Order: sequence, then structure tokens, then C-alpha cells
Amino acid sequence: MIPLITGQVVAFWIFAPLSVAGAVGMVVSRKPVHSAISLAGMMVALACLYASLDAPFLFVAQIIVYTGAIMMLFLFTMMIVGVDSTDSLIETIKGQRVAASIFGFVLAVLLILAVGNGVVTGRGGLDVANAGGNVQGLASITFGPYVFAFLLTAALLMVAAVAAIVLAHGEPLGKRETQAERARRKTMEFAEQGKDPGPLPGPGVYARHNSIEYPALLPDGSISEESVSPTLAVRGVAVVENDGLRAAYRAAVTEFIEVQDENTGSDDAPRVADELADPGAIAETYVEQISIEVAGSDSDPAKEQ
Amino acid sequence: MVSLLEIVIPVEATGLFSYSWLMIAIPMLVSAILLLGGKATDSWGHWLGVLGVLGSLAVALALWITMLGLPVAERAVHVSGFDWVSVGNLNLQAGLLVDQLSILFALLVTGVGSLIFIYSVGYMAHDPNRRLFFAFLNLFIVAMLVLVLADNYLLLFLGWEGVGLASYLLIGFWQGRHSAALAAKKAFVVNRVGDLGLLTAMFTMVGLFGSVNFTDVNQAVGSASTTWLTALGLFLLLAACGKSAQVPLQSWLLDAMEGPTPVSALIHAATMVTAGVYLVVRSHSIYELTAAASLAVCIVGVVTLLAGAWIGSTKDDIKKVLAGSTMSQIGYMMLAAGIGPAGGAFAIFHLFTHGFFKANLFLGAGSVMHAMNDDTDMRHFGALRKVMPWTFVTFGISYLAIIGIPPLAGFYSKDHIVVAAWEQGWYFGLLATLGAGITAFYMTRLMMMTFFGKKRWAEGVHPHESPKILLFPLIVLSIGAIVLGVVLNNAIQYWLAPPTGGHPHSAAWWDIPWQGWVTLLVVLVGVGIGYLMYRGEISYEQPHTINPIVYIGRNDLLADQFNDVVFVRGGGAAAAAVATLDDVIVDGSVRSAGSLAKGIGGALSKLESGYARSYGLTMVIGAIAVGVVLILGRLA
Amino acid sequence: MSPNAYLVLSAILFSIGVLGFLIRRNVLIIFMSVELMLNAANLAMVAFSYANGNLLGQVGAFFVMVVAAAEVVIGLAIIMIIFKTRRSASVDDQNQLKH
Repeated sequence: MIPLITGQVVAFWIFAPLSVAGAVGMVVSRKPVHSAISLAGMMVALACLYASLDAPFLFVAQIIVYTGAIMMLFLFTMMIVGVDSTDSLIETIKGQRVAASIFGFVLAVLLILAVGNGVVTGRGGLDVANAGGNVQGLASITFGPYVFAFLLTAALLMVAAVAAIVLAHGEPLGKRETQAERARRKTMEFAEQGKDPGPLPGPGVYARHNSIEYPALLPDGSISEESVSPTLAVRGVAVVENDGLRAAYRAAVTEFIEVQDENTGSDDAPRVADELADPGAIAETYVEQISIEVAGSDSDPAKEQ
Repeated sequence: MVSLLEIVIPVEATGLFSYSWLMIAIPMLVSAILLLGGKATDSWGHWLGVLGVLGSLAVALALWITMLGLPVAERAVHVSGFDWVSVGNLNLQAGLLVDQLSILFALLVTGVGSLIFIYSVGYMAHDPNRRLFFAFLNLFIVAMLVLVLADNYLLLFLGWEGVGLASYLLIGFWQGRHSAALAAKKAFVVNRVGDLGLLTAMFTMVGLFGSVNFTDVNQAVGSASTTWLTALGLFLLLAACGKSAQVPLQSWLLDAMEGPTPVSALIHAATMVTAGVYLVVRSHSIYELTAAASLAVCIVGVVTLLAGAWIGSTKDDIKKVLAGSTMSQIGYMMLAAGIGPAGGAFAIFHLFTHGFFKANLFLGAGSVMHAMNDDTDMRHFGALRKVMPWTFVTFGISYLAIIGIPPLAGFYSKDHIVVAAWEQGWYFGLLATLGAGITAFYMTRLMMMTFFGKKRWAEGVHPHESPKILLFPLIVLSIGAIVLGVVLNNAIQYWLAPPTGGHPHSAAWWDIPWQGWVTLLVVLVGVGIGYLMYRGEISYEQPHTINPIVYIGRNDLLADQFNDVVFVRGGGAAAAAVATLDDVIVDGSVRSAGSLAKGIGGALSKLESGYARSYGLTMVIGAIAVGVVLILGRLA
Repeated sequence: MSPNAYLVLSAILFSIGVLGFLIRRNVLIIFMSVELMLNAANLAMVAFSYANGNLLGQVGAFFVMVVAAAEVVIGLAIIMIIFKTRRSASVDDQNQLKH
């Protein structure tokens, strides 16, 4: 006796509408992120439908590969190409939307008719095939008759990965400097100009962000231009927001002077505040003093990061 | 008439005849040396040129003497050459035909040619390009011999074009003179019209007989329809008209007198212009079967002999008078050739004697010009008989020969033609006799104006007798003009009977028929009129005339004007009409096919919007179409 | 349960993918539509596998997944390049195919 309502039927009627809803949501959402989320939901629903069709391995693979890997790739790409971009509602190609709707519908009818024409009779079921375990069954096929195809897909993935790196990699702006050349250049610069041969300051040091495009702040609050890669500077992505970056430093100095005024009874605070407002005047007067004092102080100017 | 044809099958060459090609090869080699040698051959080139034609003459004489010793049946000799054209069913061998007719022509060309060459050595002595002149003359000899010795029409055509080229080069030898360059071009272009006739004739022969070989054609003509033979005869007549300056293609010959006088004597009097007569006589087997074409030849001959005489009577330029006379005499030959088997031999007879006395007249005119500082206007001559006695005597002999005073050469050769013309029809006979009278008139006029009367010399001109090298050929030629008539009177009929298909009838040289006496009477009347008209004062300048006969004669029978109106403008209009037709219909259809394709392409390219989504839609439609077809196929 | 219902669902999902491919202009969404179509096909294969009682359909779906992963990697890299050079994610701006 075959039960009229099986778990498969229940699962189908729960997840089929969900998958259709996800698909429609993907198509009609104006924001790409919403589309991506809808698609992810549809894929999860599809995974559940796989499960209902006695395909537990594909259920897991669908979630891991599609929802986990592919959709994440989509989202990363979306971050780069503009998560904010929304489609305008005006169709630019005349008649495209109407024609697409009509022919999409016709295609659906045609496919359903084709399916109806090729109705599979019989209940089917994978009980026999899955007797030794679904994963084992798949493995015996994949690593049996189709092992060569499987190896080819491995090669395909490798090629795709390399190709993606090649394609997405930016073109270098200049000739690459070798290690020996760099050592020679730095030594030469030190000998001739007295320039520090050590590594350049890292970006974002003491700044409010540690992003690679934010320059480092020197102890006196000024910007170290050297800390940002010249490539980024050329491309115009480096942030040179001098006043904003110095805000933390200014606050730290002001507080330090106030504390000093309290301890010594002097009244330097207003004068220092004025001088801090002028970015050029700062270093000569206070750098030495502050740095000495900071060495012995608990107060950390970078604390606000 | 078909059964009357006697086809001569030439025998293959043996012995000396195998070397017939030397006749052509020697002047060819000389010409090549002179052309390629350049200025290095300037000092001795003219004598090499003379040697070339003398060598050719020696070969021709040797062959002729050999031929004399052969029985009549073996006198036509075929010299095999090489496979020339082999296309489909047409297999053409280039070979030489040495028979009684061609050897006679070869003797004329090389014999008179030799004398003119010798004359040219003296005549062109002061020309810086004398070597080139002799190279061209040898080239002419080569081409002319190829023409007369060819055993088929195509090889004949090669020679035909070769003499046309040589004629072009030599008429325009002084190409620095604008009129000479124009005259050369005119001769070339008018000759092309005739060549068209010869080409068409050859095409017709290939179509009808599958061969252009003389022997093959002669054997095959009996089977062809008269219509086609008439067409063939008319095509050949057109060719002959072009080369022999017959009406209506006569206009180039008078202008051709721009060339040096030896050229006029050799090419435009003695040999090349008679090639048309040769062609008609050579093709006599065709004309014998088509009365219409033969009649056309006769009419062309009569019209030309009168037209030439008309022009000769009105011109004051001594060379142009002689050119008109040449036209007229060739008209006699054409008339004889058209009369048929009886006339063919007489045509060649007159051609042969004419070659001598006309060359003599031209060379004599050259001698006069030499004395008069290259002036050709007879109104500036007069009373030259005393200062140039040798020239006067030789010129006078040829004068008597051409007007037909017995027993000189011209009397016999012309007498036969006039008699044959009377027998052909009284109108032909009457016109031929009239032509003889006019010939006597204008030649007397020429004599009177040149050698008699008073001095009308231009200032600074001191006439003198020409050097011996110029006189020698004159003397030899005048001897020929005296004796050839009597010597050849009967012999040439028998000699030429096989190749012309004639039926000779013997007559003693003193046995003159009544037509001969009538003609002689008319000639004497012509001489008398000429004497009476030109014994008195002759103005130095050409008087203005409103007499239409004189006016038309002086303007070459208005041939240039006629050609200009009918062919140049008419042809231009026809070309413009065809061009319009081509532009509208031919190009139009091509263009509209192009614009149709362009329009379809333009319409289809609208589908190609560049939008990937449009392409996607197209793809979906295609997929649906395939699916529908599959389902319908399953349902059916 | 007859697999027909799954097949109809697969056809519907595929058609929705086609529709999205045709009417959306954002290249990323178009790409997602392609993925949707691939998934619909996978569903059909799994359903056939179920109906026929062997695992070959599932193996096929598995290979499709692998190939789709490679395809996505390359496709997204190409989208990145186009975006870098043209600063646009709209396919209607990519009409150099026009004659």
C-alpha cells in the first residue's frame, strides 16, 4: 500500500513554491544584493528538493558549492562593481520586455508540454540504487566509469582558477624592482641623501583606519606620503584627509596640556589649541616635549583607534 | 562553272625549294642587325640593307630559274614549316607556297625593291636616320614576302599586318612633321577597316571549311553555298579595298605621300598597295563561284580607276598626281581580277608592268624633287627637260608606258584589261577606255607642267641632274617599262594559267584588237587636250576655283569630310548611345542587384543592435522554433 | 510520487531564468539567471535519476555543478575586467557587437 501523502510530497509542496518565489524574487528585485539573497534562498530550497529525491550528497553539495561558494563569489564581485547600483525601470530596448515575457511564457509551455509528452510512468525510486549508501553509489560511478571525466573537471577547475587570477590581476604600472636592485638603491640613497634605508611606514599606522589606502600618521600628526603605495596614489584611491586624520592627535595633545596645566598651574591650553589649529606650526614646538612626556605617560594617543 | 575549276595541288619542296625561307630570312636578319645594332651600324648600315634585298633577289631568281626548268604540274611547290596554331579541330601549319604567282610577286618585290634600295642610298644620303630607314625597308620586304609566299590566309594576314606596320613606320619616317605623323596614323587606321574584312573572311573560312589553307579552301569551295561564298568574297574585297586604296577606303593613299619618295615608289606604288589585287587573284576560286562578289570587285575597280584619274587631274602636287594615278591603275587591276579567270593573269600582268613604270615615275619625281629642294608643287617646276635630261628621258618613257603607247609595257597590259572589260560588258569597256583617256590627260598635264613650258622656279633654286646612283635605277626601270610588255605579252598568260585558272589565248605583239585601236585613239585625244590646255602660261599660285569638279578633286573627292561626318561623328554618336545603353541597362541591372543586396543587408543589420539581450531573445525564439518543430514532428 | 511535478517545476524555473536573462540589464543578475537555468536543469536530472532508479542523473548534476563553479569563476573575472575598463555593470553599455 502506497501512502497517498508521503514525506516527499510534503517536501515538494513546501519547497517548490519557495524555489519559485526565490527565482521570481531574483528576477524582479531592483537591488542586486536582494537578487543574490533570493537566488541563495532558491538554491537552498532546491537543495531540499534534492534531498526529497533521495540525493543527500547533492543536497550537501548544492548548499556548499552554490550557496556557499558561488553565491559568495557573486557577492564579492557585487561589492567591487557597485553594490548600490540599481536598474532603472525604463526599458531601453523597444519591445524587449513584452517580447521576452511572451517568449518566456511560450518556452515554459513548450517545456511543460515536452515533459508531458515524455511522461515517466512508474514510481521509480532510488531505494535499490542507494542501498549501499548514496555517497558510495555516486563514488562508485564517479571513480568508476567516469573517472577520466572527473579528472578532466579537476583540470578544468585548476585552469579556471589560474585564468581568474590572470584575468582579474591588474597590470603593473612600471618595471618590477628586484631585491638586489632595491638594496643597492636604498644604500645609495642613504649615502647621498641620508635617507633612512629601513622599510617605509605601513599605511594606516596611527590613523583612524588601517585600510591600505589610508596613509600613516607620523608622531607629530602629519601624513607620511611614503606609507601609501605609489600605485594606489597614481590610481587616485589613496585618502589624503589631513585634518580628519589629525583629530585624534589633536585631542590627545589638548588633553595632555590640560593635565599639565592642572599639575603645574600654567595656562598653556588656549595657546596650544590655537597652534594646533595651524597644521604647520605644530612640530617644532611640541613634538620633542610630547614625545618625551609620552614615553613616561600612561596616556596613549592612539587609544582612540 | 564548278566543274571548270582546276585545283592545283602543290608538290612538296625538294632541293633548292627547301631553302625558300632564305628569301624571307635574309632581309629579316639584316633588319634585326640594323635595328639592334643601333648607331654602331650607321656608317655601313645602308649597304647592308641593300645586300639584304639583293640576297633575297638572288634566292628568288634561283628559284624562278629552277621553276622554269620544271614541268608545269610541278611548278607549284609547298614548303612545310611548323605547326603554328592547333586549337580544337583547327590545325594550321605555317608553310610557304612557291608557285608561279608568288614567285612573280617575289621577283617584283625584290627586283624593283633592289633598285629602289640603291636609289635610297643616294636619296637618303643626308638623312641622319638612313640606317633606320633601311631597317624599316628590310622589314617591309620581309613582311611583303611573307604575304605573297604564305600558303594560308593566316600567314598571309601576318604579312598583311607586317606591311601595314612597315608602311606606318615609313610614312611617318619624318615623324617630326605633324602632317607625316597624321598621315601614318590615318593609313594605319584605314587599313584596320580592311583588316576587319580579312579577319572576318578567315573566320568564315574556318566556319565553312575548317581551314584557312589555300589548297584546302580551293578544294572545299565547291561544297559551300553561294550565299556564304558571296559573303566571303565581299569580306575579301573589303580587305583588298583597305590595302589597295580602293573606293571607299582610298583616302589614306594620298596622305601617305608624306613618306620619303622611295617609300612611295616601293610601298605605295609598286608592291604593297597591289596586295589587294594579289588577294583577289589568289582567292579566284571563291570569286569564280559567286557572280555577285565578282561584279562587286569589277564595280569597285571601275569606280576607283575613274576616281583616281579624277584626283590625278586636279592635283598640283607631283606625288599626289602619281598617287591618284596609282589608285587608278590598281582600279584597272581590280577590274581585271573581278572579270574572272580571263582577267586574273592580266591583272597580274598590269600589276607587274605597273610596278616598273610607276616606280620609275615616282623615283623620277624624287629626282625632280631632289633638284628642286624638295618642292613638290608642279606649278614651281617647268622647263626641266634641259637641265635634267636623264630624268626627263626615263620619266618620258614611263609616261608613254603608263598612258599606253605601243609597244611599251603599259599598252599591252592595259590593252588586255580594256579588251576583257569590253567583253564583260560594254559599260565596263566604255568606262575603262574613258579612264585611259583621262590617264593620258593628267599624265600629259604632269609632263607639261614639269618638263616643258617656262621656268617657274622658286628663288634660290638651281636644278641640276641627279647623281648616278639615282639615275641608275631610273634607267633600269625604264628599260623594263619598254620591253616587259612585248616580252611578257603571251608568256605571262601561260605562266599564270595554273594559279589563276585562266585559259590563255596566244596573240602576236603586233596583233591588236579593235578595242586597242579605240583606246589608243582616246589616249591620243587625252594627250592632245592636255597639251593644248597646259602649253601656255601656268600661274605660280594655285588659282582659286569654284568649278565643283576641280574643287572636289583637289579635296580628295571629299573623302575626309565624308569619313568625318559618317564615321567619326556617326561612330561617336553610336558609341554614346551604346554607352548610355550600357550605363542604364547593363550597369543599371548590376547596380540594382547591388543595391538590393545592400538594402537586404541594411534591413538585416537593424537586427544587429549590439545588445546581448536582443541576441538572447533571438536565441530563445530559435530554441522555441526547434522545439516546436520537434514536437510537431513527433505528433505527425 | 511521479517525478512529473519536479519536471514541471524545473521547466518553470528554467523559464524564469530565461526571462531574467532577457529583461534584466545588470550583468550580475543576468549571470545569476544563467545559474538559475543551470540549477533548473540539475533538478530535472536529479528527478530523472529518481524516476529511472539509477544514480547516473545525480552524477551528471554533480558534474554540472563542478563545471558551473569553473564557469562562475571565469565569468566573474570577465565581469571584473569589463567593469574596470568601462565602469558599468549594464549589458546595454556593452554594445560593441553592433555592426
